[in-house]
Amino acid sequence: MKHLLATAMLAGALALPAAAFAADYSIMAPAAPGGGWDQTARSLQESFTTEGVSGNVQVVNVPGAGGTIGLAQFAQEANGDPTKLMVGGYVMVGAILTNKSPVTLDAVTPIARLTGEYEVIVVPAASDIQTLADLVTKLKADPGAVSWAGGSAGGTDHITAGLFAKTVGVDPKLVNYVAFSGGGEALAAVLGNQVTVGISGYGEFQSQVEAGALRVIGVSAPEKVAIINGPTFKEGGVDLVVQNWRGVWAGPDLTAEQVAAVSADIEKMVNSAAWKTTLETKGWNNTYLAGDAFKTQLAAEITATEAILKDIGLVQ
Amino acid sequence: METFALLLQGLAVAAQPINLLYALVGVTLGTAVGVLPGIGPATTVALLLPVTYKLDPAGSLIMFAGIYYGGMYGGSTTSILLNTPGESASIVTALEGNKMAKAGRGGPALATAAIGSFVAGLIATIALAFLAPWVVKFALAFGPREYFALMVLAFVTVSAAFGDSALRGLTSLFIGLTLGIIGIDLQTGQARMSFGIPDLLDGVEVTTLAVAMFAIGETLFVAAQGKRAPETVEPVRGSLWMSATDWARSWKPWLRGTAIGFPIGAMPAGGAEIGTFFSYAVEKKLSRHPEEFGNGAIEGVAGPEAANNASAAGTLVPLLTLGLPTSATAAIMLAGFQQYGLQPGPLLFTSNPQLVWGLIASLLIANLMLIVLNLPLIGLWVKLLTIPKPWLYAGILLFATLGTIGANPSVFELGMLLVFGLLGYGLRLFHFPIAPVVVGLILGPMAEQQLRRALAISQGDVMVLFTSPISATLLIAAALALIVPAILRARGKGQVLAEVAADGD
Repeated sequence: MKHLLATAMLAGALALPAAAFAADYSIMAPAAPGGGWDQTARSLQESFTTEGVSGNVQVVNVPGAGGTIGLAQFAQEANGDPTKLMVGGYVMVGAILTNKSPVTLDAVTPIARLTGEYEVIVVPAASDIQTLADLVTKLKADPGAVSWAGGSAGGTDHITAGLFAKTVGVDPKLVNYVAFSGGGEALAAVLGNQVTVGISGYGEFQSQVEAGALRVIGVSAPEKVAIINGPTFKEGGVDLVVQNWRGVWAGPDLTAEQVAAVSADIEKMVNSAAWKTTLETKGWNNTYLAGDAFKTQLAAEITATEAILKDIGLVQ
Repeated sequence: METFALLLQGLAVAAQPINLLYALVGVTLGTAVGVLPGIGPATTVALLLPVTYKLDPAGSLIMFAGIYYGGMYGGSTTSILLNTPGESASIVTALEGNKMAKAGRGGPALATAAIGSFVAGLIATIALAFLAPWVVKFALAFGPREYFALMVLAFVTVSAAFGDSALRGLTSLFIGLTLGIIGIDLQTGQARMSFGIPDLLDGVEVTTLAVAMFAIGETLFVAAQGKRAPETVEPVRGSLWMSATDWARSWKPWLRGTAIGFPIGAMPAGGAEIGTFFSYAVEKKLSRHPEEFGNGAIEGVAGPEAANNASAAGTLVPLLTLGLPTSATAAIMLAGFQQYGLQPGPLLFTSNPQLVWGLIASLLIANLMLIVLNLPLIGLWVKLLTIPKPWLYAGILLFATLGTIGANPSVFELGMLLVFGLLGYGLRLFHFPIAPVVVGLILGPMAEQQLRRALAISQGDVMVLFTSPISATLLIAAALALIVPAILRARGKGQVLAEVAADGD
């Protein structure tokens, strides 16, 4: 059995300096395996290799604190190195603010926004809340009596709940948001009738909605989404659009040529058939936005997020 | 009866030679990563996900299931032989298992772990096939207040079960609870006790603490004793195999461990560790040899090992029936399903019966494979103990360090490993039990979050904790567990009181 032991130790030893070996690209997912960023990083890896954009792609997971731990590490390691990429997104924008992260997205080079997912508000099938208007009435009558189950505090789910309250004229500070360690646990709380509504990406609730156990009362999309059987917020009388987007960054201090080369590779990947299939199977929207347009959008997003987090009371 | 026919069909799928090969690869890999602390089944499945893209769904899911079961199994081997838990679910196994190994009973300890895992895996997988819809209904009845009550019960029973001195046990527990506060608070997103150190934002990693406390702490302890240390390690004394008494003392814990682990694993916020804590506490309570606990009681290995394997099957209940992953590995298996455009959930059983039943059947096969692979290897494993002490402990240090860095390549993590190792050494030196520290780190944050969720939902009304029948029952059980021994002691029936008095601190 020493053989197995030796193999296991060898595997451990190899896992360690893997990032140091020459790889065409090394993509950091600043989250544990299994989540949205990890899936994005691994989808990138797959599309890169199947399309021949890059022969050897590594995915490195650095979990924790809404991606800010990974971000801090990335800003240091990827300095001037055009082979290193990092996946991130809306949740990281919020986490940087709530955690008062010393390293912000200013420290890295934005390459492109890639995907997006809309948020949905669901209720158990037996709930007396039938429409978005019912929810708004309840929320206005007694904000505390409506409990919202979603992912961690300051994340997209929480921000959406806060924006929703603000849009209908309820103080976001009064929103009774109950954070769960992920959409899955929040789902259990909604199914078990523990909370009034659930709020998360549609993917978290999809199977239960299809089975008829949950009802979608609102979608945060600008217009009707084909696969989601429910009205948009706007159709329900709440003028609000939110999208949980994810994108890709490169390290700091790259030359203009290096940035252009990375951007070209990403663009090639985005237009590939493999990536299109991935978007379809994962239910992600294509929100590809590159270069300066992405930078401008990102800056606007950060300002808006800071404002709502202040309203909710998570950021002073 | 229909279920039975479907299961047989599933067995036919899983028994195809190519799928058997996938299962074999899965359990072998799983055992290997389970052995290495830090590198868990979740990481392994994630690494393999892109590789399996080209395989058919049944084959790759069968392999993942093998890794999952193998990981649960492999963690126990290092716990028993090296006192280095490979996974957080094997922490309890180290308590009695390593004591047994040091007394030359490593063979029976490994055997009862292997057979217990097999029995639990078998029963729990069959329960998964037949009872999943009912189990999930029960699990969903658990909301934040019920979980909180469950945690309270766990605190009371568990802290009483570890160590002889209540005061020392509680001291250790509170060290763990304090460590559990470190990191970002889930409900508010604010960092607590992280002192501006980014590495602390995500809290203390359970495996880092466990490996440090058990492996590093013990290594330091042994090294500090130097030549004065009595040569206590006997590789093999008596039979390598389980004796009739071992069997007689193991079968009930296996069944009880299964009965405890499966439903707790099926709960969305249960987790594999909690079942092992409960199982250990129950076995200690029911044992006819309570004095052996802490010195290598076979029940303390048999029960928790059965519980952790049963809970591994349990986590598949919400995954398959609700599409709800309750462990990191389950979350990645969910991603695996989605890779093939399959959405686990209530409709999966009807839309893809071959796949679901193939998976369940392959779990049975993986389980059988694990025991066939591992039982004959016990003789080889225990040879590890014949390695001279300096080499053995140097090996353990290397192993623990590699595993920790492998899981989280950061200098700070390594620093924490050493600091906690020193803490573990200090606790050992002054006869404080180690396990409650780890238990506190696991249970503390869960209890806190669940209590705060319950109170948020009730808008601050504490009575909500008592108005649910389930949580009221659990809280009453916890109160009884606390009061009854106290009364017994007051009447002079327990020796514990005498020991507490004798300790005098």
